[in-house]
Amino acid sequence: MIPAEVFLTFILMLSIFLGFELINKVPATLHTPLMSGANAISGITLVGAISLAGTGAQDLANWLGAAAVALATINVVGGYMVTDRMLAMFKKKGS
Amino acid sequence: MEHVIQYSYVVAAALFIYGLKQLGSPATARRGNMISAVAMLIAVVAALLDQGIVEYQWIALGVVAGAVIGGAAARMVQMTAMPEMVALFNGFGGLASLLVGWAALVPGAETFTLVTIILSILIGGVTFTGSMIAYGKLSERIGSGAVLFSGQQIVNSLIVLGILAGSVMFCLQPDNHLWLYLVVALSLVFGIMAVIPIGGADMPVVISLLNSYSGLAACAAGFAVNNNILIVAGALVGASGIILTQIMCKAMNRSLANVLFSGFGSGKVEATVVEGEIKPISAEDAYYILEAASNVAIIPGYGMAVAQAQHVVKELAELLEKNGAEVNFGIHPVAGRMPGHMNVLLAEADVPYDQLLEMDDINPRMENVDVAIVIGANDVVNPAAREIESSPIYGMPVINVDKARTVFVLKRSMASGFAGIENPLFYKDNTRMLFGDAKESIGTLIREFS
Repeated sequence: MIPAEVFLTFILMLSIFLGFELINKVPATLHTPLMSGANAISGITLVGAISLAGTGAQDLANWLGAAAVALATINVVGGYMVTDRMLAMFKKKGS
Repeated sequence: MEHVIQYSYVVAAALFIYGLKQLGSPATARRGNMISAVAMLIAVVAALLDQGIVEYQWIALGVVAGAVIGGAAARMVQMTAMPEMVALFNGFGGLASLLVGWAALVPGAETFTLVTIILSILIGGVTFTGSMIAYGKLSERIGSGAVLFSGQQIVNSLIVLGILAGSVMFCLQPDNHLWLYLVVALSLVFGIMAVIPIGGADMPVVISLLNSYSGLAACAAGFAVNNNILIVAGALVGASGIILTQIMCKAMNRSLANVLFSGFGSGKVEATVVEGEIKPISAEDAYYILEAASNVAIIPGYGMAVAQAQHVVKELAELLEKNGAEVNFGIHPVAGRMPGHMNVLLAEADVPYDQLLEMDDINPRMENVDVAIVIGANDVVNPAAREIESSPIYGMPVINVDKARTVFVLKRSMASGFAGIENPLFYKDNTRMLFGDAKESIGTLIREFS
């Protein structure tokens, strides 16, 4: 049985290479939406925060988790919405 | 149920990747962003199915509060203020990762988990306070200059040593919370110390780098709570930020270390003597030259956005095209205050994206350009970068407007640019200075045309 942390590190390594390949193909004109979109994706911490905020234990970890849920949601909702607002403005000539 | 959750994460990861791939072209980018948002929704719903969750009210409260704040900010923000907003959001992401790392600490955790907890606290903390300082500098709530004081390096070294020592002690004695609090506090202080010595002109590099950190912090949090999707998504963001950082550094011909540690852009002006004389031109005379031009290049800088001139610039470009001229925009990678900022500002003014050329595409065409119009840009068109070895920007790639037949520079006065460097372009034989507010000057040109 391969230990869990080896699996996680493996995933990390592959994701980094994949990220470089994907992002290198994004044209300079889209770099601001890329950044705000990436920002929204980094709000994925929300997924980790959710399980910590719902334990039902009225302890410190629960409060920290709830605060993290709020902060990460700002990132996710704000990030995707503002990226969409920007991308809607990009138009090709004559359209 | 655990299988459903884990396979949902696999689907979400695939959609994140596909969404980013769609971001490779302006034609599909909007759909790509939607796909990425769907991926996030799937991941969040899957997380809510977790059987460890017995109470939903705090989650609901957090989500509602976050969604209201984030949604309002996204609707209200001005496009000129995008860099500040990205910095602010980066900071929230970093703080969220810090809190998740902290909350993931349970008694009896393994050393590997402890290391990842401390990493997510450290990266998250630096990202949070660093981004807040970047936000303050970009929005000019605090002075945008570099803050330098004697002994700064010693103080920073002590902080780093403190963080290292605290981290090691935390991993050895996880039950003694003193070490945890020490690392939290020091990483917050370190974020501030890392960004204050960096001047306003270098902020595009800093926000790109902080963007990367916010991804890496999510990654570390993913290790701490043992969750694949955090690692995949965090690594994608981390890679994106690093690539943008590299592009920004290359566009300024500086190494990352130089940007982070030199305090450049603090307003120290090199005394370079430039020979020649300034030749002003009136809007009327400028009109006659433009009227006869068949190839026009417009080189905008952040000054154009400050003067809110992008809409009149678009109008002028249309009039020139009706007059039979070919009009292109040349965009330098650091023309705005973050990567691609200028493109967004012009897209907002309805300039089609296929009319926006990157520096490497417009430079070879410059010799065929009749008139190059420089609006609110300075350092990015400075020929000193090619000609004067003693110039602080020597070697930086610039848009070679001086190779066009005629150059119009729209400028408020003769003050030097954001980085405080003298510009020999203004003294060239083929350069004419059109002084005054850019919006008014272009307004006058438009009236001459119609």
